[in-house]
Amino acid sequence: MFGMEFYVDPSRCIGCQSCLKACEECDTHRGVSMINFDFVDRQETIATAAYVCWHCDNPTCAQVCPADAIKKYEDGIVGSSLKPRCIACSNCVLACPFGIPKLVPQYEQMMKCDMCYDRTSAGKRPMCATVCPSQALAYVKPENIAATRREKPVNTFWFGNQKITTKVYMMAPAETTEIAIDVADYVWEGDHELVPQAF
Amino acid sequence: MAKAPADLMQLHRQFGPHLNYTPPGGWQAESQGENQRLVKTHCCFCGQQCGIQLKVRDNRVIGFEPWEDFPYNRGMLCPKGVKRYLQGSHPDRLMTPLMRSDTGFRPAAWDEALDFTARRLHELQEKYGPDSVAVYGGASLTTEKAYLLGKFARVALRTRHIDYNGRLCMVSAGTAYKAALGVDRAPNPWSDIPKAEVVMVIGANIGECAPITTDYIWRARDNGAKLIVADPRFTPIARNADLYMPVRPGTDLALLMGMLHVIFRDGLTDRAFIDAHTTGFEKTEESVAAWTPRRAAEVSGVAPEAIEKAAHLVGESRRTMFLHARGIEHQTKGVENCEAVVAIALATGNIGREGAGPVMVTGQGNGQGGREHGQKCDQLPGQRSLTDPAARAHVAGVWGISPDELPQPGYSAVEIMNAIHAGEIKGLLSICFNPLVSLPEAAFTREALERLEFFGVIDFFLSETAAHADVVLAGSLQEEEEGVTASMEARVIHIQKAVDPPGDARRDSEIICDLARRLGRGQFFPFREPREIFEELRLASRGGLADYYGITYEKIDQQKGVFWPCPTLDHPGTPRLFEGGRFFHPDGKARFMSLTWRESGDPVDADFPIYLTTGRVVSQYLSGTQTRRIGALVDQYPEPKLELHPRLAAQCGISTGDWVKITSRRADMVLQAMVVRTIRPDTVFIPYHWPDRRSANRLTHRTLDPRSKIPEFKVSACRIEKTMAPEGGR
Repeated sequence: MFGMEFYVDPSRCIGCQSCLKACEECDTHRGVSMINFDFVDRQETIATAAYVCWHCDNPTCAQVCPADAIKKYEDGIVGSSLKPRCIACSNCVLACPFGIPKLVPQYEQMMKCDMCYDRTSAGKRPMCATVCPSQALAYVKPENIAATRREKPVNTFWFGNQKITTKVYMMAPAETTEIAIDVADYVWEGDHELVPQAF
Repeated sequence: MAKAPADLMQLHRQFGPHLNYTPPGGWQAESQGENQRLVKTHCCFCGQQCGIQLKVRDNRVIGFEPWEDFPYNRGMLCPKGVKRYLQGSHPDRLMTPLMRSDTGFRPAAWDEALDFTARRLHELQEKYGPDSVAVYGGASLTTEKAYLLGKFARVALRTRHIDYNGRLCMVSAGTAYKAALGVDRAPNPWSDIPKAEVVMVIGANIGECAPITTDYIWRARDNGAKLIVADPRFTPIARNADLYMPVRPGTDLALLMGMLHVIFRDGLTDRAFIDAHTTGFEKTEESVAAWTPRRAAEVSGVAPEAIEKAAHLVGESRRTMFLHARGIEHQTKGVENCEAVVAIALATGNIGREGAGPVMVTGQGNGQGGREHGQKCDQLPGQRSLTDPAARAHVAGVWGISPDELPQPGYSAVEIMNAIHAGEIKGLLSICFNPLVSLPEAAFTREALERLEFFGVIDFFLSETAAHADVVLAGSLQEEEEGVTASMEARVIHIQKAVDPPGDARRDSEIICDLARRLGRGQFFPFREPREIFEELRLASRGGLADYYGITYEKIDQQKGVFWPCPTLDHPGTPRLFEGGRFFHPDGKARFMSLTWRESGDPVDADFPIYLTTGRVVSQYLSGTQTRRIGALVDQYPEPKLELHPRLAAQCGISTGDWVKITSRRADMVLQAMVVRTIRPDTVFIPYHWPDRRSANRLTHRTLDPRSKIPEFKVSACRIEKTMAPEGGR
């Protein structure tokens, strides 16, 4: 939908799995849910995390696809694989640094979140963010997020010297501008780029 | 004889529960045919009554679409709401009345089933007297059905005994609010929550049992509010609490009295408010004088410093909201627990203002509306007392009978089952209630049901309880009959009829009116449509506390809900009560109460050293009659598990996945362990949605709160030991 962006905030997630259930009610892929949901470690914590595809500006999944089956649209949405092209090789499943794409055996095809393209392109919000009771998944205007949340949206992620910028934002502590958890991104080895926190 | 048929396998094959995963016509059907329409209505499950649009084609509900304009949930839904549409075309759905046969149930014609029901009720009353039959109702019924059922019991059957499954829900809170504030209703609309500076949640697993309320609490936090959570389990919302208090099951009153002690000791009271708007302050002050934080800590297991901190956070704020639910209400001192919460609100002046007030998080769909128009054993429509001569005269006048004909108050839900067990009540007509799963001590309930001389049930699925019935009348789902409900905010909302009942199933109100006619009382039940029932309900409630006179279906649609009381047609409704410190007692003042500590009805000792507490999971609802039939919801949490802390698990040599025998003073059961750090080490937890050998209520006890008559589901004593897998494993 015009002017809206997608925000993910695991600190709000209550683990209800409404997103998971609602995703499979979406018209274009009814019966298949494309939400990535995890209990972080149920014995140790109640913490849960629900994710959609991050929709990378330069999507690794598309780069590694030998069949050219994954397309990024003009509005920045990275689609699910194109059925006539996908050869179910799982290259994208292995390559995605976020672990998003899934091979769906019964369709012999990779399927992943396309941000409810049928809905968002028709002026509706994605199913998961619409129903999410805690708004851990939220699809709202950037000015609303800035005005209402304590956390700050971040869309730059580091995966061991691979810097990725995404369409979807992660809500992070206010002082955070980029997210890096790999020590490699803090290690100085000459002239390659490091995360801002490394200085 | 109301024994279940011997061949249970045959019963399960015929009536389920089977798992329904796919919409009618398959996953792709929705995008195929034409002529879909969207019906703006509400979820049939919990007290939040979220707005939802049901997608309908050819008299079948085939999917849903979020309803983003409805102000309470703005499109948000929990997984139960997302999948609720799958109950409609479910293969287990009862399509015709059923009569008991030698081997099980056989389909019957409506005339036969209704004649038989009316005849048996009549025969029992002739033989044993009018009070030998009882009626059970439910809080998932629309307000019209609940009202009609109350009238049916008192006017058609002329029995004293009608009560409902809301007796297992928020009656402790209702009793406390009525006593302290003069009315049984959450005083604040939920839109007040984000405006609070402090939100204290006690005994309410918001994330799982009222999921949409999470958003309200998170918005309060976004605005800078402090969050206090008191619960024996580290619930999903506790993760973001500024102060988490791991209260021992059944000791909330000690914790609350400790907080009150600090509030009084440290002068955190609002003296001007107390003087102007309350009475009885000394009673509460005296009650808590000995409850130092140290003593409260010794009883509750919450640190004295935490009790001090909570008291100061609450007392120093001018905008504190208190949210409480079954955790403090399902106790033999449930009423006192709620009175203590209200006392904290009154003492600190945190009530009757935007962002300030105590609210009960009502659990059942129409928990609010279902309890205020006459299916409660002691109440008449409008939240009127059945013992008040003026109330009797008013309602009798609307009904066209003499006040003397109105029966006096009867037994509450558990007392009805006790009287059945004792042989005092011989016949039961039940709708929307599955006591075999939901009442404490399931073996006792089964024994009682088997002693009934006649048992009639109105339901849409054959519940575990209905399997004991002599006759089952195929009724309607929520989406099959128009009506209203009142959400936990006391927002009266409009349930739209989306489809007709399938097959030969009938609308519930039609069945009840037809029974009344066959009992010779048809002249009092001329209703053809729910709207006509609502028109009479408006008159019956007029001038009462829950005054619906100014509410119409059209007004509800226009305003997206009307908060009662709404005394006149031009009245906008009352989202917030007690503004300006005006309470609902005749003198306009709120009451402070005496608070007395006492032990649970099933105390721990050397033989039963562990606390057992029970509750819900997010993917199931109450006794599971509906939600145990929806595949996606069952998959999310397929079987009840025993939650226990690693420290307790280590003592007993138990690991996650091990089978554990849990023994209480009533019975034992075997479940798989789920070892988690999110529960007190002296407490175990079992969710209660399942029947038979998976039923947590095998273990619970039947001690009641003396005033609210609520059972103590949240506190039992037990012991645990590792055991072998039961036959057949899962």
